[in-house]
Amino acid sequence: MDWQAFALTLRLASVTTAILLAVAIPLAALLVLGRSRWLAALEALAALPLVLPPTVLGFFLLVLLGPRTAIGRGIIALLGHPLAFSFDGLVVGSVIYSLPFAVQPLVAGFAAVQPNLVDAARLLGAGPAKIVFTLLVPLARRSLVAAAVLSFLHTVGEFGVVLMLGGDIPGSTRTLSIVLYNQVENFDYAAANRTATILLGLSVVALAALYSKGEKRGSARRA
Amino acid sequence: MLELALKARRGSFHLEVECRLASDWTVVFGPSGAGKSTLLRLLAGLDKAVRSDAATGKISLDGQVLTETARGVWCKPGRRHTSLVAQQPSLFPHLSIEANVAYGLGSLDSTIRATRVAEMLELVDAMDLIKRRPQDLSGGQAQRIALARALAPGPRLLLLDEPFSALDGIASDALIGRLQTWARVNRVLTVLATHDATDAFSTGAEVALLREGRLVAQGPATEVLQAERERIALRLMST
Repeated sequence: MDWQAFALTLRLASVTTAILLAVAIPLAALLVLGRSRWLAALEALAALPLVLPPTVLGFFLLVLLGPRTAIGRGIIALLGHPLAFSFDGLVVGSVIYSLPFAVQPLVAGFAAVQPNLVDAARLLGAGPAKIVFTLLVPLARRSLVAAAVLSFLHTVGEFGVVLMLGGDIPGSTRTLSIVLYNQVENFDYAAANRTATILLGLSVVALAALYSKGEKRGSARRA
Repeated sequence: MLELALKARRGSFHLEVECRLASDWTVVFGPSGAGKSTLLRLLAGLDKAVRSDAATGKISLDGQVLTETARGVWCKPGRRHTSLVAQQPSLFPHLSIEANVAYGLGSLDSTIRATRVAEMLELVDAMDLIKRRPQDLSGGQAQRIALARALAPGPRLLLLDEPFSALDGIASDALIGRLQTWARVNRVLTVLATHDATDAFSTGAEVALLREGRLVAQGPATEVLQAERERIALRLMST
């Protein structure tokens, strides 16, 4: 078992999830509460990683963050090294790749909050930040947990973006998915089985925890 | 004094109202669908229909312009010193009654805030509910709390959209009586939208009669609602 890759995967997923929640909460609130006609384009952009092949996204990020573009050269000048083939680069790629998995549950949760509650808060002088953090987030707790769990699991299981953007550098960009790929390529099916089981176990435990927090079984039928 | 000249469109419904409300307590009377709620939401700044409409719209309260489309002025709901209590209490379900009433008092010191919350709950006769949750309240209790929450920030304009519908007649009259005294003492201009003529007669308010989005009459209840009074009298005599 490659415990280094295991720890790196958990670290990547944790950092990505934290950043995603910080980005997705205001973005989802903007999509639900905003009135601009441009929001449809923004929502489409945020959902794009859902339909884009991970390798395509990884390729674009590889080019964008590399020395071929002004953005990439700016980052190199700022950090002293390119973001590609580094842990930080993986975080950037993971945040973009998993963005819809954080945004969409939050949009659904925020949109389910009754508009008259938002109106009441506005009349009582609440600005957008107060409405989001004292009303939308508490009332959409389950969506927040869903966004966190889905973002975490999606990052744990990502492969295409990691391979394209990070390569396979032990301790830096080698995640469990890359380890599994290497093990299969080397016909080490016993080790691959152990790695795959860990990935499967993580997903099942996290999803079971998420769904156990929901409404009690059959409550909708009893209502 | 509240001055308004509004034209708004919502689908096929057109609202066109121009008036000056100088009385402390004004009743906007009209049947369902007359445009009462639309008018109150525009006054509260919740609907921007006036902004997007090509026609003019202006609302001013004691000389302060709250909305003026010609100049692109639109004051946000929380900055109008205006409170709206609707038929639906809209209490925040995850907060206690105390936190609901204190929601609009964010910038105040905690002691002053607690005193203010207690004052408002005493006014609506609901001090015993302070630690309860909205889901534990009856419809009438929730409406009392919604009123207390709306009054707590000290509005200059209070908009009431049939907010006592879940209270029985005696409780409603008592609450309106206390509210009228409070509004007079605190110099709060109150606009009550209703389709119940007894609300207009019992409060001795000035009445603005709204029909199909148009203001058709304005004046004392005894004059404006003469026909309504006769209809009620006839109905009582026939029973």
